[in-house]
Amino acid sequence: MIGVFAAATAAIVVCMGLTLSRSIVGPTVFDRILAVNSFGTKTVLLIALIGYLSGRPDFLDLALVYALMNFIGTIAALKFTRFGDLAGMEDDESEQVF
Amino acid sequence: MASPIEVLSWILILGGSGFVIIGGIGLLRLPDFYTRIHAAGITDTLGTWLILLGLMLHEGLTLGAAKLAMLLFFLLATGPLASHALAKAAYLRGLDPLQGSELVDRHEVDDSA
Repeated sequence: MIGVFAAATAAIVVCMGLTLSRSIVGPTVFDRILAVNSFGTKTVLLIALIGYLSGRPDFLDLALVYALMNFIGTIAALKFTRFGDLAGMEDDESEQVF
Repeated sequence: MASPIEVLSWILILGGSGFVIIGGIGLLRLPDFYTRIHAAGITDTLGTWLILLGLMLHEGLTLGAAKLAMLLFFLLATGPLASHALAKAAYLRGLDPLQGSELVDRHEVDDSA
């Protein structure tokens, strides 16, 4: 069982490296936000797997908090790139589509 | 000798790791932003669900399994929502999808016929 956890952890760490390189290379800002969001999802999986790998499943609480923070961070970064401001939407009256 | 539940848990965890790696390679190799969303969606849905279901089978009926179910529910709710918001924001910002003709031009296909 430990071997399976270790293999999955190694796969996720390798994949986090690939994702990080996309977030550095990415031509547009949306590529970077997508890569950071995907990196956060893989971090949640990594925390859960490391908890079972080291025999301490209490790490699942950290994974729960990180999953929620990751989503809020993605939406906040999207709003910041669109409006340049996290407070309001006053400058967006020209587009009614959302 | 491992029980059938344990073997099923191994298969799920290793399958989820395979999907995570496929998603990571796709995120690096695909040519366009919108296609990269598709690659990241594989990681967010199939890879995550398979790994967490495998951990739930390994855990059994305990509090840890309930936490894993909550994690699965949150990721199920937020992953597609974040992908949708990202695609919509990029499209409204004016980022054009890569069209078929540009793909053909990029790969230098000989259309002399």
